[in-house]
Amino acid sequence: MMPPLNLATQLLHVLAAGLLMISFSMLAQRRTRRLIVLLAWQGVVLTASTLLVAVTAHLQHLYYSAALTLIEKVWLMPWILLRLMRRLGIEGDSDPLVNIPTLMLVGLGLVIFAFGLAQPISSLATTVTRQTLGIAMAVILLAFLMMIARHKAVTQVIGFLSMENGLFFAATSTTYGMPMVIELGIALDLLVGVFIFGIFFFQIREQFDSLDLHQLEALKED
Amino acid sequence: MNALAPVSQLGGVVLAVALAPLLAGWVAQCRAWLQSRSAPSLLLPYRTLRKLFRKDAALATQASPLFRATPYAVFGAMATAAAIIPSVTTDLPLARVADAIALVGLFATARMFIALAAMDIGTVFGSMGARREMMIGFLAEPALLMVLFNAFLMFGSTALPTIVKGTLDADGLTLHPSLAFAGVAFVMVLLAENARIPIDNPGTHLEVTMIHESMVLEYSARHLALIEWASWLKLFNYACIGFTLFVPWGIAPHTAGPSGLLLAIVWLLVKLAVAGAVLAVIETVSAKLRIFRAPEFLSMAFLLAVLGLLVHLLLQS
Repeated sequence: MMPPLNLATQLLHVLAAGLLMISFSMLAQRRTRRLIVLLAWQGVVLTASTLLVAVTAHLQHLYYSAALTLIEKVWLMPWILLRLMRRLGIEGDSDPLVNIPTLMLVGLGLVIFAFGLAQPISSLATTVTRQTLGIAMAVILLAFLMMIARHKAVTQVIGFLSMENGLFFAATSTTYGMPMVIELGIALDLLVGVFIFGIFFFQIREQFDSLDLHQLEALKED
Repeated sequence: MNALAPVSQLGGVVLAVALAPLLAGWVAQCRAWLQSRSAPSLLLPYRTLRKLFRKDAALATQASPLFRATPYAVFGAMATAAAIIPSVTTDLPLARVADAIALVGLFATARMFIALAAMDIGTVFGSMGARREMMIGFLAEPALLMVLFNAFLMFGSTALPTIVKGTLDADGLTLHPSLAFAGVAFVMVLLAENARIPIDNPGTHLEVTMIHESMVLEYSARHLALIEWASWLKLFNYACIGFTLFVPWGIAPHTAGPSGLLLAIVWLLVKLAVAGAVLAVIETVSAKLRIFRAPEFLSMAFLLAVLGLLVHLLLQS
C-alpha cells in the first residue's frame, strides 16, 4: 500500500493525469477544430492546477499567473486560432504522416522515457508537487511528437502551444512557478508568436495555395 | 464465511439473471428519450423473452450438435461470470475459486462458442460476423486485462472481492489518477465488447455494419432467447465489473446481515440506473465508426490502460 497523501496533492496528481490524457487525445485527433478545443481544455486543467498549487503553497504570484493562463490560453488563443481557421477555410481533416496507432505507440515509448528521466530529478526536489515532473516532461515530448508527425502548419502551431503548456506545468510543479516578469514575458511572446504565425499562414497559402509544409521542401527556382 | 454465504451466492446469480433484461430495457428507454422517440416499455425485454420461449425452434438441417449447445454454453458462461463478480456482496464462495483473470477467460469461452456456432451453419453472414467478432475480441481482451491490472497493482490481488474490500477499508477518500485512465479505457472496452454503438449497432440489420447480429441470425425461439439473454447478462456483468473497480461503495461487506444485503441491492439499482443513462448518452452522441477504425479505437483503450499503469508507478510508488 502507498503512504497516505493529503487531498490537495491527490487532486494535483489527478489534474496532472488529466493533462497527459488530453495530450494523448490531441495526438490521436484528426480534426483541427477538435484540436483547438482540446488545447483550450489543456489550458483549463493548467489553470486549475496552478490555482491548486497557489492555494496549498500560499503563493500570491501564482494567482496572477493562473488568471493569465485562464485569459490567454483558455480564451484568447483558441479564439484567435479558430478565427484564423475560419478565415483560411481549413476545417477539414489534417492527416498525420504516420498512422495513428503507430503514433500512439511511439507516444507511449516517449512517456516511459520521460518518466524514467524525471525519476532521479524529482527525487532531488523538495516541493510537494515534484512527482508530477515526469508527466510535465511527457506532455512536452508528446507535443514535440505532434509537431513532427503533422504536416499542416496550423496543427504544428497547436503542437507548439501544447508544448508551452507542458513547460509551464513543469515550472509550477518543480519550482512553484517562475518570477512574474518572466511569466509575463513568455505570455506576451506566445501572443506575438501566434500573431506572426497567423501572418505566415496567409503568406504560405498565397505562395503555394495550401498549408501543407511539404511544399516548402521544394526550394529551388525554376 | 458466514452462514449466509451460499444464499447470497445463489441470490447474486438469480438477481443478475433477473435484472439483466431490465437494464437492457432501461438503456433502450433512455436512448429513445434522448432521440425524442416515444420510449418502449421498460419490460419489453421480458416480453421478448416470453414470446421467444413460446415459439417452436427451427434448426438448419446441417446444424451440428455444437450449434444446439452454444446458447446453453454461452448463457452458462455468463451466469458463472455473474457468480464471480461481487455485485451485491463480497461474501462469494465462488469468487475465491476463480479470480478476475478467469473471468476474462469465461468471456473468451462464450465468444469462442458463439463464433464457432456462427460458422457452423456455413452462411456467409455467420462467418463474416464471426471473423469480425474475433478481431474485436482479440483487441479488446488485452485492454480489459490491462484495466484489471491497474486495480490489481493497487491492492496486490487478482480477486475482485479483495479489491472492493481494499477500497471500502481505506480511511478517507483516496483519488487514484491511474484509475482515471483505467476508467476511460474500461468504458471503451465495454462499448466494444457489448456490441454498442461506436463499434457495432445492434439495432440494425444492415449487412455491412453488423457484427453481433450477423452471428445470431440463424437462431430462433428458445435458442435466440438464451443468446439475447446472455448478451444482456454480459452488459450487466460488465457494468458490475465497472462498479467493483471504480465505485465499490454500497457493496455489502462480509459482515453484513440481511438488512445490509437489501441496502446493497438498492445501491446496485441506483448505480445501474445511472450507468444505463450514461451509456445511453454515450451511444447517442457518438457516431458509429467504420469497422477499419475499430482497431484504432481499441488500441487507444489499450494504450490508456497501459498509461494508467505507468502513472501509477510514477505517482504512487
